[in-house]
Parts: sequence; C-alpha cells; structure tokens
Amino acid sequence: MDERAAPDAPRADQAVKAPGAGAAAPEVEAADAPETPAAAATAPAVYVAPAWKLTWWRFRKHKLALVCLWVFALIALVAVAPEFFATHDPNATAASRAYIPPQTLRVVHEGRLVWPFVYGIEGQRDPRTLRMEWVIDEGTRYPLRLFVKGQPYRLFGLVPTDRHLIGFAGAGGRDVPHLLGTDRLGRDQWSRLMYGTRISLSIGLVAVALSTVLGIVLGGISGYFGGLVDNVIQRLIELLQALPPIPIWLALSASLPRSWPVERVYFAITVILALLGWTRLAREVRGRFLSLREEDFVTAARLVGASRRRVIFAHMVPSFTSHIIAAVTLAVPLMILNETFLSFLGLGLRPPAISWGVMLQEAQNLQSVVNAPWLLIPGLLVIVTVLALNILGDGLRDAADPYST
Amino acid sequence: MHWYVLKRLAVAPLMLFLFSVIAFALIQAPPGDFLTSYIAELAQGGSSLQQSQIEALRRQYGLDRPIYEQYLRWVGSILRGDLGISLEWRRSNAELIGERLLLTLALTTGSLLFTWLVAIPVGIVSATKQYSFVDYLFTVLNYVGLATPNFMLALVLMWVAFDRLGVSVTGLFSPEYAQAPWSWARFVDLLRHIWLPMIVLGVAGTAQIARVVRANLLDELKKPYAEMARAKGLPEWKLVLKYPTRVAIAPVVSTLGWYFPQLLSGGLVVSVVMSLPTIGPLLLRALISQDMYLAGTIILIFCALTVVGTLVSDILLAVLDPRIRMDAA
Repeated sequence: MDERAAPDAPRADQAVKAPGAGAAAPEVEAADAPETPAAAATAPAVYVAPAWKLTWWRFRKHKLALVCLWVFALIALVAVAPEFFATHDPNATAASRAYIPPQTLRVVHEGRLVWPFVYGIEGQRDPRTLRMEWVIDEGTRYPLRLFVKGQPYRLFGLVPTDRHLIGFAGAGGRDVPHLLGTDRLGRDQWSRLMYGTRISLSIGLVAVALSTVLGIVLGGISGYFGGLVDNVIQRLIELLQALPPIPIWLALSASLPRSWPVERVYFAITVILALLGWTRLAREVRGRFLSLREEDFVTAARLVGASRRRVIFAHMVPSFTSHIIAAVTLAVPLMILNETFLSFLGLGLRPPAISWGVMLQEAQNLQSVVNAPWLLIPGLLVIVTVLALNILGDGLRDAADPYST
Repeated sequence: MHWYVLKRLAVAPLMLFLFSVIAFALIQAPPGDFLTSYIAELAQGGSSLQQSQIEALRRQYGLDRPIYEQYLRWVGSILRGDLGISLEWRRSNAELIGERLLLTLALTTGSLLFTWLVAIPVGIVSATKQYSFVDYLFTVLNYVGLATPNFMLALVLMWVAFDRLGVSVTGLFSPEYAQAPWSWARFVDLLRHIWLPMIVLGVAGTAQIARVVRANLLDELKKPYAEMARAKGLPEWKLVLKYPTRVAIAPVVSTLGWYFPQLLSGGLVVSVVMSLPTIGPLLLRALISQDMYLAGTIILIFCALTVVGTLVSDILLAVLDPRIRMDAA
C-alpha cells in the first residue's frame, strides 16, 4: 500500500495546495484540521479522489502512525528474510557457551570514537559456586562488518546467496559474538529472535486472514439476509464471545497430539486462534453493512437502477474496505499476543519451532530471569510489534472514518 | 425491570448448558483418554498394568460407555453437587478446586475493583483536563499496557523486587501460612501478597477503561444540557460529577461482561508465572496430564463465572440506564 501510494503523494499535495488561496491552505492541512467545506472547495482533487486515496491523505497526517508503519515494515522484512539478519544457526546448541550476557556494540574505545565493535569474552568458572562467569576481555575486539559472507542460504527461499547483514571481523567458529547473549543451551538469542519473528508474525497474519474470511463471509451473510439467519449467527457470536478465551485455547491446543510435526502444529494453532477470533470481525462487517445500507449514496445508486450486485461491489464494498483493513490491523497484535501466551505456557508451538512465545518459555520463572535477564528481550520485541500495529491500526481507523476530524 | 431481569435469568441456564457441552467436547477432543496417558506414564517408570486391570479401571471410570452417556453422567453428578474425582490426584475435585476457586475469585474481584477505582477518576481527569499531562500519560500507558503481555509485566516486577528489595514476591502466602487453616493472621498475610498480582492483572484494563470513560465524558460535556447547567452557574466539578459522569460510567459497567472473562483468563497466565495457588495452574496441569474430568470441571467453572459476570453487568446496567429497561420491556 505504501509503495503504491507514495508516488501519488506529491501530486496529491500539489492538487490540494495549488488552487488554494495563497499559502494558507497547506498550513490548514498540516495543522490536522478537519476537511472544511472551504478547503474542499479549493481542492477539486478531493472530489474525484477514490476512497482509498482520501484515507491515505488523512492517514499521512498522523505522524506517529506513519512511524509505526515503517517499524512494522522493518519487522516484516526480518520475517521474510531472517537468514539475512541472523549471525548464527538458531538451533545450534553449545552447552559450554550457555548464558553468555549480551555482547553490546560499542563505539568508544580508549576514549576515542571508533567504528562499532564488540569486545571478546572469556568464561571463568567461579571456584565456589561452580557457575560460569563471563567477563569482558578488552584485549580482543571484533569490529562490525556489514554484508559479510557466511552460511549459504536462499534469500526469500529463492535466491541462493551467502551474504548476511552483519558479521564480525576476526571472529571465527565459536567466537562469533552474541549480540543478545545466549540461552540455557548456548543458542544465539539474536539469531533466534530473527527466526522467531518469522513464525510469530506469520502466525498472527495467517490466523487473522482465516478469521477475516470467516468474519466477512458470516458477517456478510448475517447483514445481508437478516431475519432468522442473522439471529442465529448473532447468537453464535455472543456465545463464542462469552467463552473465556485462554482456557478454551489451552484445552484445544492440549488436544493436539504430541507426535505431530512442527508444521502441522503451526497450522493447527492458527486454526485454533481463528476459531474464536472471527467473531469481532464478523460484528464489524455486519454493523458496517447495516449502516451503509441506509446511507444516501447507496439509496441513490439503487434509485438510478443499479443492480444489487453493483450496489454491493461498486458502492458499498469500497467504502468499507478501509474499515476492514483497520479492523484487521488491530486484530493481528491480539493474535500475536495469544500465540505468545499459548507458547509461553507450553501448549502452543513447541521446540524446535522458534517463536517469541517459545523463546520466552526460557524465562518462565524468577530464577532464570534473575540469572539471565536478557532472556526477556523477546518480550520487548513483542511489545514493540504489538504497539506499532495498534497505533497503525488506530491511525487507519481514524483515517477510514469519513466523518472524523 | 422485573421482566428484563427474568429474561436475563432465563437465558443463563441455556448458556450454561451450551457451555457444558462445549467443555465436555473439549476434554473429549484429545486422542486417547486418561488411561492411555496413565499407562504411558507407568511404562516410563518401568511398571505396567495387566490387561484385565486396565479393563477394570476403564469400567470404573465409565470410559467404556458411549460419549453421550459419559456426558450425562458427568453433568448429572455435577448437578448433584458432586464434582467427581481427579483421575490424577485421586482426590475429589471439589477438594482440589475449593480454596483455589476462592482465591481466584478474590484475585479477580480485587483486580476489578482496582481497575475501576483507578480508571474512573483518571478518566474523569483526562476528559476535563484534555491534553494535559495526565491525559497524555494515560494515552501512552494505554498503548503500552495493551501491548505488554501480563506475564511479562509480572516477571519484570518480580525481578525488580528481587533485585532491588531482595524479596521474592511469588505465591499468595508466606510459607508458614501456605498450608495453615484460615485465621485472621492468614488473611492479613494474604492481603500482603495479593496486591501485586492484583495490580499486574489490572493494569492493561485500567488504561483501557480510563480511555472509555474519557471518550464518553468528552462526548457528554459537549451536550447542550451541560452547557445549560454551566450557564445557570453550576460549579464545574459539581456539574461534571452530577450528570455527565453518570452517563459516561454506564458503558464501563456493561464492559464487565467481557472484562470479567478477560481477567479470569489473564489471571491464569499470571498465576503460572507468580506461582499463585489459584485455579489456573491446576487447569494447566490437568490439561497436560489429560485429567479430563478435573479439566472439564474447571473450564465449566470458568464459563459459569463468565455467565454470572455477564448477568450481573446486564442487571447493573438496567438499574443504571432506564433506556435499556424500556427497550427490553
């Protein structure tokens, strides 16, 4: 959506500005003002712009939502190509390298600003507790390198390559620094986080896609036919919404056979999440359908003799797609959180699958958090992602509402 | 009014019946039954059961009967007040659930009260002082609260308490009171532990509900009647509290219907992390070991609590808002 709309942006702006009375018009636009009749009169482009373009213009004014769009784009990029961002094999274990704290990227060495680098570390066993203590070894430095050669893989599953975004000069084999530390089994957290992003994000998107289809079909049927069908579907929705979600999800996921392969569990979890998730969207669609049916422009279209099909697809659908997109955007973070809950409790995805929830399982009790606080980092990524999607969704929802200010 | 309440009361048993079917279907869904997982467990420990013993056990638990008969037996015994016996613990479910249920309710209700006590005043302040510091703070808190999984919050708070204060804030009782019978001292001990999980559980909802109150109040404050009262010289605080606030709070009461199940569900995860002796960890364990009647009973209890929550919110709303009574009549 972003790529398609971007080239239009300057043109749209000019169209709004150019015929405007002097320099005041763009100022009003920028000040987040409602589209007053006066402003609209000076901007003929507004009259002929399709609904999605109007939405985009309004959305663009919401700066925070725009930032969130970029944040989400970045996360989505990681999700499609985690191999490119990872520095290690996410499943490679090394018992001797367990619980290494994050090796932070530094830019100051001996009081001077230098190219980003990472200090080496050395493990020493505490003679009393026999615990491994990792200390920074300021003698060895591994400067950051970009686009380095590493493990070969297929970019987007297609292009064979061996370039990775980041690497470290002078580090080979076991010494490759761990940017976010390692977990109980000595697995690299940074790389796991990259791969986890793929599964967590895609599970949210797939589950929402499933519930959107269910929601649109059932909500549409409900709003279109009305009467008994509507009544039955509405009661079903009420029943499902009254169920306490987490116990139901737990019971459903607990019923998945333990012997199932990872992919099948993944698919089953998305279905389980969608099973209770579609009700909200169905309500939204039905509500839109009902209120749009009463709108003047729909009546007008009917009066000039448009067929039922044309009224629905040419007039009603375009004016509620933006609402649906907003509702869907707001549903994705919920799904991501739900997957995290399930996996965290050990009933969602199971290792060797990597998701944020599976990673957080490592931090399930106080001891592990006290010993290795960095195990909570996947939780931060959950928060950032959900936050970005929520703000993005709110921005879209406001932009989609033709009566909003 | 009476008709409305009666109508609501009539729907509740129907909902409960449907929920009991769902709960039973859920616990029947896993392949195999308790005995298969029990036998697998025994086999892991190196011992095994005779075929005849297995048959006897199966008959004893009624696992050899057709599904609908098992369902009727299950519901029948629950209606008679017999919650059955946990297959895993070999103790009566009522005994296992009893105190945990009480503590779950205490936690959920406490959390609900905390939410309302904080959210409503904050919502009022945010609306009357729109775009003030408090207003912005709660907008930010709302987004962050919605985005933070509550177990994450629990873990971080536990970590901070341990790291800075050196105290471990898990559980609901100090060790010396954990198994003790109820007494005043034990109650005080409970109060000293329950506040943290209560807050953890309520934070996200607090921010959310404060937003609802704020939005509604902002709408109300613009209405002509508020302007009228102002013109007649009513002090602003009196005006706000007397009329618009009452209207703005009504939807908050109606949200109880969905907020209550949300709290119950959320409490489940928080309880696992903070090792609270509530019903949640018991359900998790029962589901994993396929202790089906225990799991089913707990799910049914969760559903029943939800139905009660919805019922209470419907009735409260009818008391508060005359329009709803009129509609239903």
